[in-house]
Parts: sequence; structure tokens; C-alpha cells
Amino acid sequence: MEMSMSAQSKKIHPHKFAMWVGLASIVMMFAGLTSAFIVKSSQAGWQDIETPALFLYSTVVILLSSVTVQMAVRAHKQREMPKYRLYITVTAFLGALFVALQFFGFKGLWTQGITFRSSIAGSFLYVIIGLHALHVIGGVIALIVMFARAFSRKTRTYSSVGIEVVSTYWHFVDLLWIYLVIFFTLIK
Amino acid sequence: MSNEAVLHAPAGLVHEEHHGHHHHHESFITKYIFSQDHKMISKQFLFTGIVWAILGGLMSVLFRLQLGYPNETFPILEDLLGKWAKGGKIQPEFYYALVTMHGTVLVFFVLTAGLSGTFSNLLIPLQCGARDMASPFLNMLSYWFFFAASIVMISSFFIETGAASGGWTSYPPLSAIGDFSEGSKAGMDCWLISMALFIVSSLLGGLNYIATILNMRTKGLSMTKLPLTIWAFFFTAVLGVLSFPVLLSGAILLLFDRHLGTSFYLSDVFVSKTQTALPNEGGSAILYQHLFWFLGHPEVYIILLPAMGMASEIISTNSRKPIFGYMAMVGSLFAICILAFLVWAHHMFVTGLNPFLGAAFVLLTLLIAVPSAIKVFNWLTTLWKGNIRFTPAMLFAIGFVSLFISGGLTGIYLGNSALDYQLHDTYFVVAHFHIVMGVASMFGMFAGIYHWYPKMYGRYLNNTLGYIHFWVTICGAYLIFWPMHYQGLAGAPRRYYDISNWHFLKGFDGLNQFISTVALIVFATQILFVFNYFFSMFRGRKLKNPNPWGSNTLEWTTPINPGHGNWPGEIPEVHRWAYDYSKDGREYIPQTEPIGAGESGHH
Repeated sequence: MEMSMSAQSKKIHPHKFAMWVGLASIVMMFAGLTSAFIVKSSQAGWQDIETPALFLYSTVVILLSSVTVQMAVRAHKQREMPKYRLYITVTAFLGALFVALQFFGFKGLWTQGITFRSSIAGSFLYVIIGLHALHVIGGVIALIVMFARAFSRKTRTYSSVGIEVVSTYWHFVDLLWIYLVIFFTLIK
Repeated sequence: MSNEAVLHAPAGLVHEEHHGHHHHHESFITKYIFSQDHKMISKQFLFTGIVWAILGGLMSVLFRLQLGYPNETFPILEDLLGKWAKGGKIQPEFYYALVTMHGTVLVFFVLTAGLSGTFSNLLIPLQCGARDMASPFLNMLSYWFFFAASIVMISSFFIETGAASGGWTSYPPLSAIGDFSEGSKAGMDCWLISMALFIVSSLLGGLNYIATILNMRTKGLSMTKLPLTIWAFFFTAVLGVLSFPVLLSGAILLLFDRHLGTSFYLSDVFVSKTQTALPNEGGSAILYQHLFWFLGHPEVYIILLPAMGMASEIISTNSRKPIFGYMAMVGSLFAICILAFLVWAHHMFVTGLNPFLGAAFVLLTLLIAVPSAIKVFNWLTTLWKGNIRFTPAMLFAIGFVSLFISGGLTGIYLGNSALDYQLHDTYFVVAHFHIVMGVASMFGMFAGIYHWYPKMYGRYLNNTLGYIHFWVTICGAYLIFWPMHYQGLAGAPRRYYDISNWHFLKGFDGLNQFISTVALIVFATQILFVFNYFFSMFRGRKLKNPNPWGSNTLEWTTPINPGHGNWPGEIPEVHRWAYDYSKDGREYIPQTEPIGAGESGHH
């Protein structure tokens, strides 16, 4: 067994790898949706819509949160637990703020008269960005779990695999958002 | 990171135990219900799959009764089914629900979850030399999501308006508007929710399989030493992980169209029931078909590849010969995996697809014949001059090859768009996909069950019942589906409630009765198999030899009833590929045996 341990120690941790495979499947989901958007936008009767200006702020927020989650990973590796807890709290907070900003962006669109019934482009925007927001909420929940673990007195984890997996996911939803912003501003 | 560390990571504790002398206090619930042991999870998948297979088969018996005897009444059906069989006759709404559910259940719940879920779970850790999956917890979740999906799907039969009835593909607009059919009301919502849960289940399973195969193989087990089963499960999982999310996005858009008034798929269609046009504008039903078939076609290979992998392993073991063309087998699995993503539009030749685009899809579709033919050639050459042992598992594996050839040939017809204009939506298509994908994969599954039953339960299945099961099933499969080709060529449309209304199809009355009768007999024989399965669990002949088939792969190096962790001592190290049969005058050489002096390993 010792031999097999040393043989495997250089490999990527299976949990991290599983996360990467999971990310590939999320990519496929959004690839399906955005390609549906492209197909539809080339058809007759398509009307473009303006993306809300609020999304600019949410972009800044989520970029910032990527920085803080990275700082959390570093703090964890350097065993600076108070710092680590602070950074994951800030990250979770920024994530929640991001979702709130998206919601208010949607609200603004809706009051402009872009509803499910009136605009196909709008419907796509709601579905795609809504699904992205759901993924961010999933990340926030994961951070809350990490937070609870960091305060648990029963088990002490010294392995940084958990937070590394979460941070990979977090960077991914960040990148996904950048992709969506570019996609929605360029495609029209 | 070792397997051990991962296996125990969720507990966050360091156990004092060593090498499988597990003294977990496993309660009934953690051992049999919320189990994280891949072997128990695989049994859970198989149990649920068997239940679904019985239900799905029963559905086909019911609608075959209608198709074979459209003018007869069966009063007992009214007693059993109530309003769905008023006057002893299957009602049209119920008939369509049966056809839809038969397809959904068999494709997703039996041949995806029941096949891949069972054998990927059982064999990946055992044949890779791992103590368990990369994440046993996600693995457990995968089963329970499948279970939840099953409950939702079953419950749709008990609602007032019945189960979904728009075909297993659930094309909008039919599936999007409740006014179009009874099954498009609440039954369709159940279908969509159930499928969403199912997709989550297969994604969790799939990423576990991939991570385990790539990261947790034992020492010495390089990818090219893997048994072909594992390669097949690997490509199956890749297909699932990359294509199921697209179906999920298609299903989400459909839910929005159904309930929130969006126009992704719907346009101003006229509804005869309300005598009005829909308020929707600009939606495209074709979009759904693209999203659906981007999963739908890989799904075919998700079903087929595990059967291919297991057939390869079983044929080689029971021919006592190395598999012919190992790398060609892996290469063709890879080619099929790639091509699976590039052919989806061949399901849509007649939906107004640009004919020039169609031509590209014809070419790509026919290309699949190349890796398929390579595989068939290699199976036949493995059998050639082998010292064949006709165990039930071997018979089913050979039966798989037979069905794959017969069904594959008609695929070449259907893959041509020019012929497809004539043949689409006829019984020819039904015959084609039932043989090549449905029955063939069922045979792969049966082969797997007969072969690995001793590993699962430490007992054998009854051989005599196994032989009866095989011969009735293979004869029945050909007797049921062969005549359907002729019906299809004559233009008999699939899914119709009663084809005897058309003059030009009048001559098929007797044939339809014949098909229905055989279907009934074959179904009864499957019940015999289920009896064999459960009887042998408790009364079957006990396994004395841990390696009953004289097999090379790692799963037979475990004890007869392995505990959680699989190997009591160290995980064995692998020195050679899995197919050293009849080499150097020895019948078989297990993978764990070092390459001897002067012996050349397989490259």
C-alpha cells in the first residue's frame, strides 16, 4: 500500500479531477444554450435588447470575489485560519451581492417591458443568466459549508483540497460570467 | 493521494484499522440503503433497473395487445387499469402514454442507469484496483437521484390525466401545450422533472467513473493494460457528461415554454380544442430537436458501449484467447465516441433540414460503420478457433454480436437521407433501433449479469434456466423484430394506435398477432430470468473458487464476498494486460503475475 501511495502522490487529487470533469459538463450546458441563442438570433423577427448597465457592476464584484477566494486558498495553505475565515466570508458575501445585482438588473429589464412573453432575446437572457446565477448560488452554499467546517471544533482539516476545489469552481463561474458578458454584448 | 485516503476522507478521521479489517459499525441503513460501497450501489442500480425493466416490458406487452388484436376486448384489463382500458380495450391516450413510457423507461432507466450504473459501479473499482470510487458520497447521491427520478416517473401514471404521451423524444409543440393531449398536462411536467433528476444522477455517476478510471488505477495498470470493459465505461461516461447537460438545457427551455409563456419552441400554432392560435411568436420547434438529439444520439452509444465492452471481455475469457486487435478495439471505441457527437441531425432529415447539411450528416453517419465493423471483425476473430465455453454469459455475448450485426446493417439504410425520406417513422426504424440498440444492449446486460453474478453474490445463477432464457430470448427477438422490417418497408407508420384501418396494411393482421404472441412469450421468459436472479441469491450453487471463469482481470483476485475496500490486504500490482489467455502453454495468466524471464509482454 505504501508503494501505491507514493506512486499516486504525484497525480491530481481525484476530487479535484472530478470537479474539472463536472466543469466540462457545465460548459456543455451553456454551450448548448448560447448556440441556441445564436441559431435563434439569425432567424426572422429577432429583436435585440440592451443588457442592463448594472451587469457592469456585477462583473466587477465577481472579479473581486475571485481575488478574495484565491487569498483564502493562500491563507489556508499558510495556516492563517482567521484570515482564511475572513476571506471566505467576504467571498460568499460578494457572491450573494453578485446574485442580488443580477436580480436588480433583471428587475430593471422587466419594468422596461422585456418579459417572457414579449421578447425572445429577453427570455434567453433570463434563462441563461438565471442559470448562471444559480451556479453562483451553488458556490455560495459550498462556501458556507467550508465556513461551517472552519469553525467546527470536532474535526480539524489540514488538507486544502476542499477549498481548492471550491476555488476552482468559483474561478470557473467567474470566467463563465465573463464569457456570457462578452457573448451578449458582441453577438448583437 | 491513495485510494485509502480518499475512501475515508469524508469521515475526516484517520482510522486505526489496516488493510480491510474494517470494524465500521455498519447499521442496516448505512450498509444496504445509504451505502457508499460501490458494490452495494451497483446492486441498488441493478435492482431498480430490474423493476423498471419488468414495468417497461409489461408496457410493451400491453400495447402489443392493442396492435395485435385491435378489435378484441380483454375485460381483465378494465379490472386492472380502470378507465385507461374502458370496455377491456386500451384507450388511445393510454396507448400513447404506454409507448412513450416504454421508450423513456427502457432507454434511460434500464439501459442507461440499469446497465452503466450497475456495471460501471461494480467493475470500475474492481478492475482498476481501487478501494472505491473517487467520491463514494457523490456515488451514493447518484443512485438516490436516480431513485427520486424513478419515483417521479412512476407517480405520473397515477395522476388524473395520465403519464406523458408525446413520444420518448417529447417534441414540442405537442409536449408544450396541455390542450394538445392529456399526456401533455401534468404527466409531461413529471416527465421533465424526472428527467432533470435523472440527468443529475448520471452526471454525478459519470464524473465519478471518469475520475476513478483516470486517477485511481493500481500500480502498474497503465491505460493500455486496462480491460476493454473499463475503456468502454470510460467513453460511456465521457459521452454522458458532455451530452446530458445539453438535454437539461433543452428541458429547461421547454419548462419555460410550458409555464412561463416564453417562445423558445412555440409559435402561433392553432389549437383546435380552443379554436384559437397560441399567443407565442417566433419560436422554433426544430431548436428542441437539435438540443434533444445532441444528447439523443450519444445516448445510443451510452447504451451500447458498456455492452460492447462487456461482450469483449466475456468473449475473450470464454474463448480462452486474447482479444483480437486490442488497440483497434480501443481506437474504434474512441472513434465511435467522437462520431457520436457529430451525427445527431440524422434523426432530423425530414424536419426541413437543409439537404446539403443533411448530406454532411449522411457522410458522418455512415463513417460509424467503420469502427463498428472493426469491432465486429475483432469479436469474430477472437471467437475464431477459440476453445469456446458456452456459458450463458458467453451465449448472450455472442447473441449481442449477432444482433449488433443484424441491426447495424439496417442502420446503413437509415443513415442515407434519400432512403430515410421513405423509411422514417415506420416500423423499419422501430425494428432497426430495437435490434441494434435495445435488444443488443439487453443482451450485453444479461451477459454481464450471468458473468459477474458470482462476484456480486458469491453464488452462480442456474445454468439450465439461463440456457432457456437465452434461446427463447434470441429467437423471440428475431421473430418479433425481423418481420417489422417488412412492415416498415411497406409503409406501416410507427406509434399508430391501429394500423388495420388502412387498406394497404390489411395484410399484416396475422403478422401483428404473431409478433404480439411472441412478445408475450419473451416477456414471460424474462420473468423466468428474474426468478432465477432472486432464487439464486439465496439458493444458488455456492462459489468455491474465487476465480470461477479462469479470468485474468483484477476483480477475481478479491475474496469471494469482498467487504468495503475490496482487497483484505494490499491492492495487487498489475504487470501485464488483461488478455493473456492460452499463452506459453498456460490457459490463463492473471494480470497480477509478473512478466517471466524471457517472456515478452503485450505491447
